Amino acid sequence: MSKKLKFLLPLFLFLVAVGFLAKGLFLNPHEVPSPLVGKPAPVFTAPLLGEAGKSFHSDEMKGQVWLLNVWASWCVACREEHPLLMEMAKTKKIITYGLDYKDTDAEAQQMLAAMGNPYDKVITDIDGKIGIDYGVYGVPETYLIDKLGVIRYKHTGPLTPEILLAKIVPLLNELQQ
Amino acid sequence: MKKLLITLMLASHFLLSANVALAGEAKPLAEDPVLEARLKAMSHELRCLVCQNQTLADSDAPLAEDLRKEIRAQMREGKSDQEVVDYLVARYGDFVRYRPPVNNSTALLWFGPFLLLILGGFVLYRALKRQAGGESFETED
Repeated sequence: MSKKLKFLLPLFLFLVAVGFLAKGLFLNPHEVPSPLVGKPAPVFTAPLLGEAGKSFHSDEMKGQVWLLNVWASWCVACREEHPLLMEMAKTKKIITYGLDYKDTDAEAQQMLAAMGNPYDKVITDIDGKIGIDYGVYGVPETYLIDKLGVIRYKHTGPLTPEILLAKIVPLLNELQQ
Repeated sequence: MKKLLITLMLASHFLLSANVALAGEAKPLAEDPVLEARLKAMSHELRCLVCQNQTLADSDAPLAEDLRKEIRAQMREGKSDQEVVDYLVARYGDFVRYRPPVNNSTALLWFGPFLLLILGGFVLYRALKRQAGGESFETED
């Protein structure tokens, strides 16, 4: 080993370490890959918002590709993604069900009345039990579920046009065929 | 003097017990101490996903409270610690465990330090051998 190489080797190793650390520094620690992607979506029955006495069973969605958007009236980031959900609803191309997570019906309805309702239906999860089954740890979260009821994609945090166009729409088109 | 001391002790005892009664969090302990001890031991090994650097035992986040409730309910149903941990891992992934399991993706994490140790030992052995043989770094080349 030449003397020059011996001098350069630690520097090289140091730069590799710096590279890894720099990458780690810019990772979002809140993006925890969900073990549920690729697995059947948890089955549940729950009341629907604003439709007293009616309940929803997740098997009703078999045969359709749909989004399950977890939100709440108390969640600030949900208001951030709300206009985008409204835009998506206008296209009428994506079936979006809301899961109203640990919220009161009155406050949820108040928010939808004020900001518009982008959801085809809203399922209520007052005690957060469905949320636990879906591994929800920070609202908003969005799940893409295929015709067989398998979760194909999960996004944690507010939806952005970039995520929608780069990830959700292509997958949706592919799954709907 | 002795009487005063006893009075003081009694007074402080009542004050302290009043404090305990006020702190609502201590209450569940009385319900089922064995179950609470199991919950406590387990929740020190689990990560709160909201705060991430806190354990489930330490966190005050609403989700942590919900998960503790869920764990309690499952333990009452008679589920073993392993079953409860599996339930959480199925939903939140291995990330909820502070002790990562040994599998393909964590093999480097578990065995990497030993590999480095062996490598370091080998380099040290060679350097020492070379020095013992009369060759030093200064006289190299």
